[in-house]
Formats: sequence, C-alpha cells, structure tokens
Amino acid sequence: MQSKKHNLDLYKLMTVHQVKKSLKFASMVAFFTILASLSNNNSVFASTPDEEEFKPGDFIMHHVIDDHIWHFVDGQYGTLYLPIIVYSEQRGLEIFSSSNFYGDDHNDVAYNGYQLVQGHITFVDNDTTHIYDISITKTVLMLFINAAIMILIFTSVARGYRKNIGKAPTGIQSFFEPIIIYLRDEVIKPNIGPKYEKYLPYLLSLFFFIWFGNLLGLLPGAANLTGNIAVTTVLAIATFLIVNFSGNKQYWGHIFKTPGVPLPLLPIIVPVEIIGIITKPVSLLVRLFVAITAGHIVILSLIGLTFIFQSWSVGVGSTLIVLFVSLIELLVATIQAYVFTMFSALYIGMAVAEHNDH
Amino acid sequence: MGAGIGSGLVAIGAGIGIGKIGGSAMEAIARQPEAAGKIQTAMLIIAALIEVIALFGVVLCLLISFKG
Repeated sequence: MQSKKHNLDLYKLMTVHQVKKSLKFASMVAFFTILASLSNNNSVFASTPDEEEFKPGDFIMHHVIDDHIWHFVDGQYGTLYLPIIVYSEQRGLEIFSSSNFYGDDHNDVAYNGYQLVQGHITFVDNDTTHIYDISITKTVLMLFINAAIMILIFTSVARGYRKNIGKAPTGIQSFFEPIIIYLRDEVIKPNIGPKYEKYLPYLLSLFFFIWFGNLLGLLPGAANLTGNIAVTTVLAIATFLIVNFSGNKQYWGHIFKTPGVPLPLLPIIVPVEIIGIITKPVSLLVRLFVAITAGHIVILSLIGLTFIFQSWSVGVGSTLIVLFVSLIELLVATIQAYVFTMFSALYIGMAVAEHNDH
Repeated sequence: MGAGIGSGLVAIGAGIGIGKIGGSAMEAIARQPEAAGKIQTAMLIIAALIEVIALFGVVLCLLISFKG
C-alpha cells in the first residue's frame, strides 16, 4: 500500500510519457541550435573557384518554362532528347532528335541548316521565313503522360461500374466516386440547373485534367504542365466556346440589351458586357497559370537559397521550409482545379439560365 | 529596389485580405460550431483566390529583379 501511494505522488509531477516528450523536444532544440551555430563556417565549405557561379534567375526560369530536352540528372544518360518537328515552306516537314543541337553542353551547334537559339529554332543563314515548331517538347510529353494516366484511371473506374451493377463500389472506383458525386451535386448541379447532364463530361474532365496536371507538376523532375500559359489558354478557350455556343436568348439579351437599364446608360453598359465575354475566360486562364507557376517559382527559389549561400545548414533549413511549402502547394493544386471547374460551371449556368421572374 | 518594395506591398494586400476572411470565418464558427466544416471549405477557397493575386504580384517582382 505504501509503494502505491509513492507512485501516485510521482505521477502528480510528470508521467514517464511527458518526460520522454520533453526530452525529445529539448534534444530537437539543441540540435537546431548547434546547426545554426555551424552555419558561419563558410571558409570550410566555400565553392571552388573554377565552378560556374550559380545564377538563380536562370535556374528558376529553366525549370519553369518549356524546353526541347528533358533534363533529369547530370551525366551522359540523364537527359532525354525529345524529337524536334519543324515545318517550313521551303524545306517542308523535318523530324530529328534534339541531341543534334547539343554538343558539349552548349546549344549553339547548328544542324542541317537550323539552329536552336534560346528555345527558338531559326535558320542558320538569317533567313526570316517563319518556321512552325510543332516539336514534342517537355510540356507536350507531360500532357501525353497526363492523358495516359487519366485514360488508365477512368477506364478502370468505368469497368468497375460495369462489374458492380447495383453493388457497392470497389477498388479505384471507390476513391473517385465520392469526388465525382461531390462535384456533380455541390458544384455543377446547383450552378447549371436542370440541364446539367450535357455539361457533366466536359466539367468533370476539366477538373481531373487540371488536378492531375497540377499534382504531376509537383513531382521532382516533372515538367510544368498547367503552369504553361498555352495549356491554360486552351482550357479557357474550351470554356469560352461552350459558354457562348450554349447561350440562350436571355444570355445574349443580357449582354446586348440589358433589361432594366435606362437608355442613356446602355452605350456604357453594352461595351462593358461585351468585354466581359472575353475577360471571364481570361481571368480563368490567368488565375490557374499564375497560381501554379508562382508556386513552382517559390519552391525553386527556396531550393536555390541553398546554392546561393553554399552552406549545408542553410540546406537543411531550406529543405524543411520547402517541405511545408510543398504541402501548401498540394492544397493549392486541388483548390485551383476546383475553382476553375466551379467558375466554368458558373459561367455555363449563367448562359443557360431560364429566368422566369423578369 | 522597386521589385522589393512592390512585393512588400503585394504581401500587405494579401495579408489584409486573407486576414479579414480568416477573421470573419472565426467569428462565424464561433457563432455556429456545427457549420465549421462548410465555413472552413469556403474560407480556403476564397483564400486561394486572394493568394493568386498576391502571387501574380510576386512573380512580376521576381521578373523585374531578374531581368533588370
């Protein structure tokens, strides 16, 4: 009886679990303090003078914009040389590997009359005829990968529905069904109304394309798919065409003859509405492009900090910060896909709305 | 230097905007705790919209600082 009372007194101070937790916390604090104090010995870890200076601007731009090669790691086999497909009026269609342009790490080796200068292919002899560059670049290959992933996933989801008629969903079907039902019931049906089924395939494909594209862009070594302004422009054009081709008479009436507006104000309202037809898809495209590209630039800048300071303790700190920022970027990837789909559904809903109370 | 001032101003704008959204979301959850899930979802979406504008400014400032 006496030993039990003794144990109870000790428990009032601190349990063994609490002691272990505080010891762990104290050791973490000590570790980081020692790490921070070691960050000043630049003389030990200084870069050798014959290395190239690290230019953060080039490093960031190189990873964010499109390119004709896909560079994974340094070395002989670390780069994927993508095919170049050019069409010009004088020489027709020519297809060749981009490795022909790269000799000893510089891309000023001319090949067969073409040269690759800063990402643009021009003729060697300063001929200014326009060359149509329809090569398979990094972004195009990433788009094919995204499409292949979507086809694989959604054909297996559809197969699951055929197998499980009337039964509970299994496998990958059970992951995507709640997402699809949430989109249909909370985003698409409330915004579009009774005619939502016609637009369901487009809007669901839009959401999953953008979502998978955003997530793929966050993987290491991946290309920046949805942060390419050409890709987002095409998505915005698709929404623009669908909205304006399914606009009913009331939609066009709201634009050209806005009801309830006195006549002197119409010359002001109507041009604004006409510009509004264009600005709504433009806002969609700029929002997605900026969100994804800026996220990549922030992560790349934080990684580049390590190379600017040339100190391994900055490396540890920046890796932790990059970890947290990448988690935020995962959230941003999903939210931007959701926002694009929601606004597209909203604009389609505004186009097909049947107001009966005007 | 203009790029630095610019991105600072952008950060102020984003901070005020998201702060107001967060504040009203907190008040709304305090008034009605059972609606916390819906309020949180709406708050995240609006924060993402505001953040995009902030990132737009940051990207422009970065471009200025690297090209200038």
